[in-house]
Amino acid sequence: MYGGGNTFEGIKTDSIASEDPILLAAFEARIERGEKIEPTDWMPQLYRKQLIRMIEQHAHSEIIGALPEGTWITRAPGFKRKMSLMAKVQDEVGHAQLLYSAAETLGKPREKMIEDLINGKSKYSNIFNYPTFTWADCCFISWLVDAGAIVNQLANAKGSYGPYCRALDRICAEESFHLKYGHHCVIYLASGTAVQKQMFQEALNRWWPPMMHFFGPADKISAHTEVLMRWKVKMGTNDEMRNQFLDMYVPKIWELGFTIPDPNLKKDTETGKWNYTEPDWEEFKRVINGDGPCNKERLEVRRIAEERGKWVRDALKTSRQAYVSPLA
Amino acid sequence: MTLALKELLYKMADDQLILGHRNSEWTGMGPLLEEDIAFSSMAQDKIGQSLALYTILQALGEQDPDTVAFTRNANQFHNCQLVELPNQEYDFSLIRHFLFDTAEALRFEMLTNSSYEPLAQLAKKIRGELRYHTLHANTWIKQLGSATPESTERLQKSLDYAMPFALGIFEPSPNEQELITTGIFEGEVALQKKWLAKVESVISQTKLTLPDLKSIKPELGGRKGIHTDHLQPLLDEMSEVFKIDPTAEW
Repeated sequence: MYGGGNTFEGIKTDSIASEDPILLAAFEARIERGEKIEPTDWMPQLYRKQLIRMIEQHAHSEIIGALPEGTWITRAPGFKRKMSLMAKVQDEVGHAQLLYSAAETLGKPREKMIEDLINGKSKYSNIFNYPTFTWADCCFISWLVDAGAIVNQLANAKGSYGPYCRALDRICAEESFHLKYGHHCVIYLASGTAVQKQMFQEALNRWWPPMMHFFGPADKISAHTEVLMRWKVKMGTNDEMRNQFLDMYVPKIWELGFTIPDPNLKKDTETGKWNYTEPDWEEFKRVINGDGPCNKERLEVRRIAEERGKWVRDALKTSRQAYVSPLA
Repeated sequence: MTLALKELLYKMADDQLILGHRNSEWTGMGPLLEEDIAFSSMAQDKIGQSLALYTILQALGEQDPDTVAFTRNANQFHNCQLVELPNQEYDFSLIRHFLFDTAEALRFEMLTNSSYEPLAQLAKKIRGELRYHTLHANTWIKQLGSATPESTERLQKSLDYAMPFALGIFEPSPNEQELITTGIFEGEVALQKKWLAKVESVISQTKLTLPDLKSIKPELGGRKGIHTDHLQPLLDEMSEVFKIDPTAEW
């Protein structure tokens, strides 16, 4: 029932050498023409594999990302913030649901993806391995991490895989509200009491390095992605995305009277590119490989939630199986 | 009359706020994504409903909703004890949701005929939201109440545990008779009767057994400000940021 008749488990091929050259040429021509690839269409195995990895990672990021913000729902100050934050985090969980469904069209069931999240086989956005100590940390995520996500997602929405693009269109529409909400929260901190201003400045100082990591390693040290760009799986380089984010949000942060903890951060007026201190990519690698401040806690929470919910999911399966059993 | 009306509005608003808060604790923790999302929706509805009720109270001379919700202590809250109990496992959260929302949906249904117009108007709006809450609860109770030995056993255990607290929903407020006489609200006895019929009709479609209510001692006190040890920590957490500076705009 899955697109192309293949399942994730069956994938062994890591290169395009064994693909049928005629089908491959037709596939590439379709992408070149700007057509979307749909689940039942032919696609190279590498394309399928990379897309599953990417969409799955995105889905995991949404569900893990719900944790550092979710913990502030019960502490949000006042009705307005409490209700908005609840709706915002609910959206994120909804995005996970949409994305798992999009990835399932490529042949990997949601249960298997969640299993791989918990056993550490598949990754999620590194930034959620950092803790939210104060309300301002939560506001930083709502505004700037979501802003970074939008930069990535708007680009990916122009990609080649239909179900992922359609999911991203819906996600981006909701994310734009998150961005407004987050910006609104930060404006109130910026124009509030000295305590509020300091609270956000401290959050910004804490979150800036992970924010720079957010877009992935610098192009000069990141893996070769030429074929993924050609197939419109990846729509921009890490540095391009990072630069776009800096261009859009650094002036807004400065405008609110905050300082960014990087003395070298400056736009080169000639090239239009931002200069900045190269983030510590060793730390990035360390955290993504499991040694960050919150990796263990995040996965443990997810594992416990899955374990505690197992009887509920089992009860659903039992009933459904009984219902679809043939009578004769 | 105003005192009796305020009692009613406060206990309803406090119920909605506290249960909304508890429901929101399921965010990111649900047994499946769809339930995570459902509990979050219900949490948003409930917090919104409490805000609407506190707003009516403000019009009656009480303080603004944020101050009322975020600065009172446990003994100033009039919610029933059922809603303040920790979420525990999903079976308890589901049973509580079922028992409470069945009562709440009927309460607002009755209030659509209230002689106090602002409440009647609000009840007409909220009634529609609560219909989805009871639809959700009934679907899951019917499903899990008969599915596997484990699910049935868990739900039965939670039902037995929650029932004395559920009866605490109907603890009458001191001035209730005035509400009945003036046609503002038909009263808790009338509500409990309707509630029991609904609860029985859903439970009878499952493998669960409703405990004999005559043998149960209701957990009362919530409506008078007497609470379990669970409410104050919940309120402390809720107001943690707000109390950094209650005069600040957040």
